[in-house]
Amino acid sequence: MKRLEKKHPLAIRWLHWINFPLLTVMIWSGILIYWANAIYGVKIFGYELFHFFPPWFYDKLGIPFRLSEGIQIHFFFMWLFAINGVIYFLYLIFSGEWRTMLPVPGSFKRALLVTLHDLHIVKKLPPQGKYNDAQRSAYTGVILMGAGSLITGLAIYKPLQLSWLTSLLGGYGWARWEHFWLMILFVLFFIVHVVQVAIAGWSNFRSMVNGYEAVDAESKIPESALNEKGGATV
Amino acid sequence: MNEENKELKNGENEVLLEKVREIETAKRETEKVDSKADDKNDTSKILSEKRILSAPMSVEEAKKKMGSRSRRTFLIGGVTALAGIFGWRSLSDETKNDLYNRAFRFNERVSQTFFGKDDLAPEFPREMASSRVNGAIGLGEDFDVGNWNLQIVGTQNPQAFPQFSDNITFEGEDNAPRSMDTPPAPNDSVSGLILSLDDIKSLPRVEMTTELKCIEGWSVIVNWTGARFSDFAAKFAPSQNTKYVSLVTPDRSYYVGWDMPSIMHPQTLLAYEMNGQPLTPEHGAPLRLMTTTKYGIKQLKRIGRIEFTNERPADYWAENGYDWYSGH
Repeated sequence: MKRLEKKHPLAIRWLHWINFPLLTVMIWSGILIYWANAIYGVKIFGYELFHFFPPWFYDKLGIPFRLSEGIQIHFFFMWLFAINGVIYFLYLIFSGEWRTMLPVPGSFKRALLVTLHDLHIVKKLPPQGKYNDAQRSAYTGVILMGAGSLITGLAIYKPLQLSWLTSLLGGYGWARWEHFWLMILFVLFFIVHVVQVAIAGWSNFRSMVNGYEAVDAESKIPESALNEKGGATV
Repeated sequence: MNEENKELKNGENEVLLEKVREIETAKRETEKVDSKADDKNDTSKILSEKRILSAPMSVEEAKKKMGSRSRRTFLIGGVTALAGIFGWRSLSDETKNDLYNRAFRFNERVSQTFFGKDDLAPEFPREMASSRVNGAIGLGEDFDVGNWNLQIVGTQNPQAFPQFSDNITFEGEDNAPRSMDTPPAPNDSVSGLILSLDDIKSLPRVEMTTELKCIEGWSVIVNWTGARFSDFAAKFAPSQNTKYVSLVTPDRSYYVGWDMPSIMHPQTLLAYEMNGQPLTPEHGAPLRLMTTTKYGIKQLKRIGRIEFTNERPADYWAENGYDWYSGH
C-alpha cells in the first residue's frame, strides 16, 4: 500500500522554477558587466591560482564589449529577481514551510555528518525531517545569499543615496567584491544542488514539479492524526 | 542457626534489591538521555514540522494518480517555459531596447523619489587621492586652452551681465566624430553668456576628495578643487522651470544630459584643479564636471557649453545603450 505525501506547495514550486531562469539571467548579465573590470581571482601568498575569468571563457561565451547590454538586462531583471525572492521569503514565513528549512541547534554539526555520509565516508545518517541538516543549512543559506546579493547590489547601484550601506559593507570596492563572490557561491550552490538532485533520483525531482511523492503506507499512524478520509497529518 | 541464616539471607536480599534498583535507575537515566538525544537529533520535532499524507491506496492507484498529476504539471511547466523562451526570443531588438529604456526611466523615477541634497557620498583624506586616465572623446588635439571660453545658454536675464553675447557659436569645423545623426547642439548662433575661467574661479572655491566611479566597475579617489555647480547656478540663474542641463565639449563630439537635482547637488563641482594641480588636457583642462551623484561617463571633461533647458538633452552614452540617468 502507498500513500501520496504532499511534498512541495504549489507556490514554492512556481517560485522555485521562476527563480531558476531569473538567477541565470542575473548571473549572465552580471558577468557581461564584470568583464569591463575583471579584477578578481583566487590568490595564495600573492600568487594567483585562478583568475575570474580566463580569456577562453569570455571568448567561448561571447562576453566581451557587452557592458551596456549587461547593465540593461541586470537593471530590468533585478526587479523580477527581487520580487520573486521576497514573495518566496514571505511565503515560507506565513505558510509555516520555514519549519522544514530552518537550521536548528546542532544543525551545522550534523550537516557535516550528512556531507560525510553523502561522500561515502561515514555510514550513519542523522535522523531528519523533510530535509536533512545539510539541506536546512544550504536552503536557508541560499536565501541569505539572495538577500546579500540584493543588499550588496544596492550598495553598488546607489553608493550616494545608500552611502551608509556602502560604507557598512566596507566601501564601494568591497561591496562590488562581495557582490561578485555571492555570485560564485550561487554557482557553487547550483552545481551541488543539481548533482544532489540527480543522485536523489526521479521521484524526488518529480515532486518539485507535481508536488507529491508516493511513500510506503506501512508505518503506523496514530488515530488522532487521521482525518475522516483516511489521510493524515503527522 | 535458622534465625541466623534468615537474617543473613535477608541482608543479602537487601543488597541484591539495592543493586537491582541501582541498575534500573541507571537504565532509566540512560533511556531518558537517549530519548532526549533522539528528540534533539530529530529536527522535524524541534520545529514541529508536519507531513501531509493521503489515505492509503494500492500501488497501482498511487501510480495512476501520480501519473496524471505529473502529466498535468509537466505540461503546464513545459508550456510556460517554452512560452517564456520563445516569447522572449520573438521580441525584436527594438522592443527589448524600449523595454530596457522604460526600466531605466522607471528606476530613475524611483531613485529621484528618494534623492536629496542631504545624501552625501563619503569624503576621504587628501593623502588617499590618486588618479586614472580614461576616455578621450571630445578631447581632440585641435584645441587651444588659451582661446577657450565657457558658453552659457538658457539663463535668466543674460543681457544684464557684461558677459552677454547675442552671437554664440561653436568654434571650428563641424567635423567631429559623432554617434548620432543630429548634433546635440546645432551650430546656429544663440544668445547667452561667454565666461572665462576667472568667472568660475571667482565663485566660492571648494575642495573635496571623493571617489570617482566608472561605469566599467572601477573607482578612484581623487582630490578636486572647483566651484559648486549650485553656486554657479545661483549667480547665473537658469530660466524658470528649467528641468535639465546639457553640457557639451567645444567640438560637440561628447555631450551629456543632466537632471537638475543631481547637478545642483553640493558634491557636483565645476572643477579646475585635480590633486592640487590645474587640470591637465587628458583630465579635461581647463574645466570639467565632477560629481558623486553619477558615473564618470556623465562627468564631462573640457566643457564648452552649458545649456539650461526644458527638454531632456541628448546624451552620448545614452545613445549607446547606457542609462541616461546613470545616477548614484
